[in-house]
Amino acid sequence: MTGESNSIVRLLFGLLLTFAIAAVVGLGTTWLTVTRGVAFGAVTLGAWTAYPKTGTAEIDPYARATLAHTGLLPLGSGDGVAFIARTDQTRQPLDGRCEATVAGATPSARFWTLTLYDPDGRLVANGVGRYGFTSQEIVRKADGNFEVAISPRARAGNWLPTGGVERYVLVLRLYDTPFGVATRAGRETSMPSITQRKCP
Amino acid sequence: MPVTRWLAWILAGLILGGIVHLSSVLILPSAAPQDAYSRLLPMTETNKMSLLPMPTPETAAVPFMDPAFASAVCRYDLSGGPLKLQAPISQSYISVSFYSRQGIAYYAVNDRAAGRRTIELELMTPQQRGQVPEDEEVTAADRLIIESPSPTGLIVLRALAPEPGQLPRMRGLLSAAQCGAAQVAQQK
Repeated sequence: MTGESNSIVRLLFGLLLTFAIAAVVGLGTTWLTVTRGVAFGAVTLGAWTAYPKTGTAEIDPYARATLAHTGLLPLGSGDGVAFIARTDQTRQPLDGRCEATVAGATPSARFWTLTLYDPDGRLVANGVGRYGFTSQEIVRKADGNFEVAISPRARAGNWLPTGGVERYVLVLRLYDTPFGVATRAGRETSMPSITQRKCP
Repeated sequence: MPVTRWLAWILAGLILGGIVHLSSVLILPSAAPQDAYSRLLPMTETNKMSLLPMPTPETAAVPFMDPAFASAVCRYDLSGGPLKLQAPISQSYISVSFYSRQGIAYYAVNDRAAGRRTIELELMTPQQRGQVPEDEEVTAADRLIIESPSPTGLIVLRALAPEPGQLPRMRGLLSAAQCGAAQVAQQK
């Protein structure tokens, strides 16, 4: 009699444990993947990562879930490719109180834009109303390379203000570019380097 | 014996957790109240082109909008018939991107790929495409027909202002874009 009710209690407890583990593991991993923006087919060049497949009908379920969660409209592959950088070359998170330099050249594209956002994709308020640069307005050096200074205080040349925010991300979008799903990360595809200094 | 039983329960929990994870990832796109389509719903009209406000630090129609671009959206519903889109071309760069109801960028084209002086596209469901008469398709070989995987979705027009001063002109250009019911094919 007691042995029977004991085994029922054990069964209920076991089921409860199973369901609890399933809920925590299942929903927890979904939350993590969706908020972190996990997707397959990432192309990483230095500090920059792009997901070219996210702009096609062959988008994977994880990227789809992330889009639905964030409300983002991905750049279609016939339009361009978006690279996002959350850290500098040394994997330190981009900090708006530091002085950062984005220097070098981009893969070939008819136009490109470089934009600074907060981690949720909002533009960052600053006194001069500058949120980014286009390939047309950027001042280049004699060799065609460019250098953008990203810092809270005004700098000479191409200056992108951070507004002093703690965390920001950079998005480099290549428009009308041969760079795409089939492109492999190689030497011919150079992306600008990101370095930070004078961090508080 | 009890230890192996507990391990079995935990293992069952982990397997069930995996199923919960996969199914929730798959269900999320159709259950998300804050996807791009829902965000654009209050500021757009069905089968009409609406100019989007420029993103600012305070507000933006959708996250991660490129502030160098003027954008306009046609939120479409093909249940009443195919749709026709006409967009002007600028000296710099204009693109047309098609998104399904769930935000999948199923087609995108830029001004250079579209050629000519205006971008002209027709959007229809696969069923409506099937009803296009054969000979009409031949005579109008230069018609660019796009098939939408869902009856509703978004067409997004983006015009690059290479310099910020050109943004008002690009917004004016996009105001001339049209999106509306395609003319019914003439019967012989």
